[in-house]
Amino acid sequence: MPLLEIKDLHTYFYTDAGKVKAVNGVSFSLERGKVLGIVGESGSGKSVTAYSIMQILEGNGEIVSGSIKLDGQELVGAGEEVMKKVRGNRISMIFQDPMTSLNPTYTIGKQLMEAIMLHTNRSKKEAYDRAVEMLRLVNVNEPLKRMKQYPFELSGGMRQRVMIAMALACEPDILIADEPTTALDVTIQAQILELMKSLQEELGMVIILITHDLGVVAQMCDEVIVMYAGSICEQGTVDEIFYNPCHEYTKGLLRSIPTTSDVEKLMPIPGTPIDLLNMPKGCPFAPRCENAMKICIKQPAETIKINDNHTAACWMNVKKGIDEGKIVFDNDMEGGDLQ
Amino acid sequence: MSKNSVKPLVEVENLKKHFDINTGFLSTKPLKAVDDVSFSINKGETLGLVGESGCGKTTVGRTLLHLYKPTGGRIWYDGREIRTKEDISYLRRKASMVFQDPYSSLNPRMTVSDIIGEPLDVQKKYTNKNERRDRILELMNYVGLNSEHASRYAHEFSGGQRQRIGIARALAVDPELLVCDEPVSALDVSIQAQVINMFVELQEKLGLTYLFIAHDILVVRHISDSIAVMYLGKMVELSDADEIYNRPLHPYSKSLLSAVPIPDPKTARERKRIVLSGDIPSPLNAPSGCPFRTRCPYATEECATSMPQFEEVSKGHYVACHRVNEIN
Ligand SMILES: Nc1ncnc2c1ncn2[C@@H]1O[C@H](COP(=O)(O)OP(=O)(O)O)[C@@H](O)[C@H]1O
Ligand SMILES: Nc1ncnc2c1ncn2[C@@H]1O[C@H](COP(=O)(O)OP(=O)(O)O)[C@@H](O)[C@H]1O
Ligand code: SF4
Ligand SMILES: [Mg+2]
Ligand SMILES: [Mg+2]
Repeated sequence: MPLLEIKDLHTYFYTDAGKVKAVNGVSFSLERGKVLGIVGESGSGKSVTAYSIMQILEGNGEIVSGSIKLDGQELVGAGEEVMKKVRGNRISMIFQDPMTSLNPTYTIGKQLMEAIMLHTNRSKKEAYDRAVEMLRLVNVNEPLKRMKQYPFELSGGMRQRVMIAMALACEPDILIADEPTTALDVTIQAQILELMKSLQEELGMVIILITHDLGVVAQMCDEVIVMYAGSICEQGTVDEIFYNPCHEYTKGLLRSIPTTSDVEKLMPIPGTPIDLLNMPKGCPFAPRCENAMKICIKQPAETIKINDNHTAACWMNVKKGIDEGKIVFDNDMEGGDLQ
Repeated sequence: MSKNSVKPLVEVENLKKHFDINTGFLSTKPLKAVDDVSFSINKGETLGLVGESGCGKTTVGRTLLHLYKPTGGRIWYDGREIRTKEDISYLRRKASMVFQDPYSSLNPRMTVSDIIGEPLDVQKKYTNKNERRDRILELMNYVGLNSEHASRYAHEFSGGQRQRIGIARALAVDPELLVCDEPVSALDVSIQAQVINMFVELQEKLGLTYLFIAHDILVVRHISDSIAVMYLGKMVELSDADEIYNRPLHPYSKSLLSAVPIPDPKTARERKRIVLSGDIPSPLNAPSGCPFRTRCPYATEECATSMPQFEEVSKGHYVACHRVNEIN
């Protein structure tokens, strides 16, 4: 049984301008011991997917349909009591801005100890020792001094470590990290990424790493999900995604970043970003896709298995399959659709 | 391509910008945001400026254009030293700036045409209304905006398009030099690539010279002819872009480059990273001697007592490190 299994998740927000379909049929499952990356540009639904798992959506949003199972237990509709236990003990989340989880008016020590006492039945003294131990675990120097300091007295990198310590205080099975290093400088980012990787190996937890940085994905992840406009375009092992991309959006993304090799010109994805209030009927990427066929505009693409380690939802794969004789021509399809 | 014949458009020698920071009642302390920085940029080329936040990149850009009054040092533009008021207004006619945040640097209540037209008005770059309008449309065309956009407001545009508007505005004064301060940092990668390509095309078309500030080293390497690395207000290394990328000599540049996440899983797995310990010190309490010594794996006693000189170690490759020869 997978540790976490998400099926056909739909999360919408209700606004004055209309219904925002932020997450639109997301499915994936997660095995123990892995780092899963979720990439995609801003507004693609990465954070909302995470908030849906935690059920910490803002008031105007709701999970409209779908299933989220943790160790086989259904969480959608399970109620706040169940979710409180899940959030405290099984799944933790860290954010881009550590101050969203840290209270500026309490010392680091008080906050850490509270988190520990809330989720375990440790005494105050034991919680203190555990808090110091946690700070050591996340490589915070002078932990005894830090215990007495307030968040504003720490550097950005140090705060992020403290937040990781808080998130790990309850020894979660899953750590969701939402752009944890985006606000940090590269040398500090390198420290935090190294820390997360070593903690993951040491504690055997699963990390869901949300980022827009393909470099961070390449460095950290075993598996990758690529999102666009609330849907999963493509999913696979990190090598499959980088060396055998099978969705036009992923291909475009990889062509538009500067790499280490000497390419004279970047090849940007044309067009403007997604407008979730005006979603196309077919593939969400079709309006920006240079290879879009008639069918792409008419109908969302089926998710197709590329191989055991890779799936993608792009009509190009159907076309390729038919051309190679691996897929039989569908009755509903008209002759000119794949042009 | 021989670059020997190319003349520097901008030369900067020992540039300093210190801010007075209040440290208590009637007491101040100088914050050395930029300290003794020297470099030059050849006409038609791009110097990339990298380093972590707070190291002084923006201050270098602003002081170079005399948007901040230099605390010390000398600046030449096209051979003319910039000293007097007249020199400064000459410089302002030759150079302009593109900012990081397309959201806050444009007035949302102005139309695109007014945003781009404003510098034209200030510098009286036209003789009649038609000329003004034609020039605005020409500038919009340069940056890939179409003429229907002219009467729309800045807030109606996405980040990438706002950055295009900002660039068109910067180009209005017909500059030869653009100081670009993190112009693509706020954009998503697919849009970022569009804007980067635009910078490259504009340079080819208009013969522009860029000081290109960014913290994304892969972007800087892509666009730059040479790269300068800063740390705590000092320039620690300056060289040809490929040279510095492939063979960084300063311990800080080495760790900075090794820390850049490379979007290639195989390279990422094989690469050896130099992970520095500790945080960047506050510029108000900068270490004695070499600014990097508190985090440098090679630091010796000498590094704490004397400031290493910024010296040419091979042709066109400048480094400020006491131990550069031993450790490379
Ligand atoms: N409370 C909300 N009300 C309305 N729309 C929202 C709300 N929260 C998120 N959204 C929208 O949902 C979409 C997905 O957002 P998000 O998951 O935060 O994107 P990402 O993390 O990939 O950048 C965005 O278009 C965003 O504007
Ligand atoms: N106007 C100012 N007044 C006081 N300090 C400033 C001012 N501008 C910048 N600084 C300080 O100077 C240092 C360099 O800043 P900056 O040039 O903005 O760095 P960067 O652009 O590399 O992030 C920082 O410590 C910053 O806080
Ligand atoms: S001068 Fe000393 S401390 Fe500074 S970089 Fe060189 S070896 Fe390191
Ligand atoms: Mg997000
Ligand atoms: Mg800056």
